[in-house]
Amino acid sequence: MKTCDLPAYAIADLVRTRQISAVEVLEDALERIRRVDGRLGEVDAPRAESEEDLSSVHAFTQVTEDYAREQAQKIDQLVKDGENPGPLAGVPYTAKDIFTVKGVRTTAGSKILSNYIAPYSATVVERMEAAGAVMLGKVNLDEFTYGSSSESSTYKPVPRNPWDTSRVVGGSSGGSAAAVAAGEGAISLGTDTGGSIRHPAAFCGTVGLKPTYGRVSRYGLIAFGSSLDCPGPLTRNVTDAAITLQAIAGHDARDATSAAVPVPDYLAEMEKEVRGLRIGLSEEFFRVTYFDAESMELVENPIDDQIREAVLSVAGFLAQLGADIVTDVPMPHTKYGVPTYFVISRVEASSNLLRFDGVKYGYRTSQSFKDLPELYRKTRGEGFGVEPKLRMLMGIYLSAAQFDKGYYQRALKARALIRQDFETVFDPRGKYRLDALLTPTAPSTAFPIGSVYGDSVLMQYSDQLTATTNHAGIPGLSFPVGFDRDNLPIGAQVLGPDYSEGRLLGIARAYEEVTEEKAWRNLKPPLVAALDS
Amino acid sequence: MEERIPRKDFQRLAELASLELPEQEAEYLRKELNKQMISIEVLESIPIDAETGTAAHGLPYTEFNSPAPREDIASQDPHRQAILDQAPELEDDYIVVPDISHQELE
Repeated sequence: MKTCDLPAYAIADLVRTRQISAVEVLEDALERIRRVDGRLGEVDAPRAESEEDLSSVHAFTQVTEDYAREQAQKIDQLVKDGENPGPLAGVPYTAKDIFTVKGVRTTAGSKILSNYIAPYSATVVERMEAAGAVMLGKVNLDEFTYGSSSESSTYKPVPRNPWDTSRVVGGSSGGSAAAVAAGEGAISLGTDTGGSIRHPAAFCGTVGLKPTYGRVSRYGLIAFGSSLDCPGPLTRNVTDAAITLQAIAGHDARDATSAAVPVPDYLAEMEKEVRGLRIGLSEEFFRVTYFDAESMELVENPIDDQIREAVLSVAGFLAQLGADIVTDVPMPHTKYGVPTYFVISRVEASSNLLRFDGVKYGYRTSQSFKDLPELYRKTRGEGFGVEPKLRMLMGIYLSAAQFDKGYYQRALKARALIRQDFETVFDPRGKYRLDALLTPTAPSTAFPIGSVYGDSVLMQYSDQLTATTNHAGIPGLSFPVGFDRDNLPIGAQVLGPDYSEGRLLGIARAYEEVTEEKAWRNLKPPLVAALDS
Repeated sequence: MEERIPRKDFQRLAELASLELPEQEAEYLRKELNKQMISIEVLESIPIDAETGTAAHGLPYTEFNSPAPREDIASQDPHRQAILDQAPELEDDYIVVPDISHQELE
């Protein structure tokens, strides 16, 4: 029995009931990686050029085969001894290479950490292991998570979309989404700072859950924007996202921002019906607004019609199930999400990146240097790629007194207004009384590799529909809702009030259930389907 | 189009960021920063009244979700050797920091 394409809950059930061993599940997953992933990402390695490179996924930067085998054997022993192996017993998963794993190389997709062996594990990794999951390896990402296509990684080749390998995987948790879509693990741990779980999930046709800020511990996560970062799961179905969140959520004394709020039973929450829920649609989420550098004016462009139709079709199904669909919900500050993000995320990133200096750990220049400042400049100039450099320079510009025009303070006020938009429509005593908003996840489906990368402004606007969620700190769940004319996946997201992950999972699960007979539900990425034929 | 970040300011930024940049890369970065600044300036058009506060976190921390402060207990970090093993240069279990140049302030 091949287990690569089974849901995580089914794999765990088979392992617990001794119908298959965790080691056998692992061997299936390793075989899948060998068949579809191609060359592993390496620092400054050649880009994809050969036919084999161009038709492979390249999700991984590292396969931790021995580490995984040891974990799988431990699970099998627990089962044999009649002990509880955990809710994710023997389930293969991957971790975005931004999470520390004790004794394992942890790089953030950057040359500056290319030799860094983490001395401790992230809380989420420890919790996955305690739940019985088996880590297959580390997956690629935009360098330090800075990007929306995973093309900025120093580790080449960068991931390619399993649905069409000429397309990007989205980002920054692009290796995560690609691995899950291609059956290289049932779950991947990602992070979402401006949409980095939901965006690649939409591009690769997977589920991606960004929890409420503080719902999941950030301990052991290499920081990008500390007031925005949220770890969360990418999976192939909604139930697996619920089980994974159950395993990783909850207070952690090692993260002072982790919430002291009890964790509900997400599977039970997920089964609640959607009848009577008020679900909103907002026109502000069906267009992209940006400042055009040539005309120097705000320009509004509608998102792709196919995406609009797909999201409205989800609303139709939910209405059939008894949800009240509320249209024309005003979210007036949505268009400021990206400019606000440009400021807050860069200022926080520049602060977080100053610690990488070639003295304590990580890459150090091989050039000679006369003193410490020169060591810093050479090491950092060589060790960082263009995206981290851009973010540091911008962060310093925006926060340095000599350049100060009050951008940061203004962005923090804009963030308060963005939060207020959500509070107004979710207010149970207000005019709209919404339980959730339903929106597209991204303004487009996966674009061709190389078509946007290099234009840092255009790339950032790919996050316009996701970034406001991070500013507000609320949860968001992206789930697949069909395909466009080019057979590329389309994602929709549901956004809800603080700590409403259970309800969001319930809405996505109800949609999943009511559409399970649809032909598109049975589609597999071509390179996976080819293995079956 | 007026450049928000001219070359002179950019050099100062690179210095503050401790980045040695080849000329071609510096010019690409400066061009992208200027494009980003145009996008950011849209924030100046948002009507913000005096009542609007700043939000350091989107999600407010209240009694409902704030964890209790940790006990203030000193403990030995369990990862001491693994941390030392990462350092590029060690001397008797101390991480070697290269010379710090001194500059007379005007």
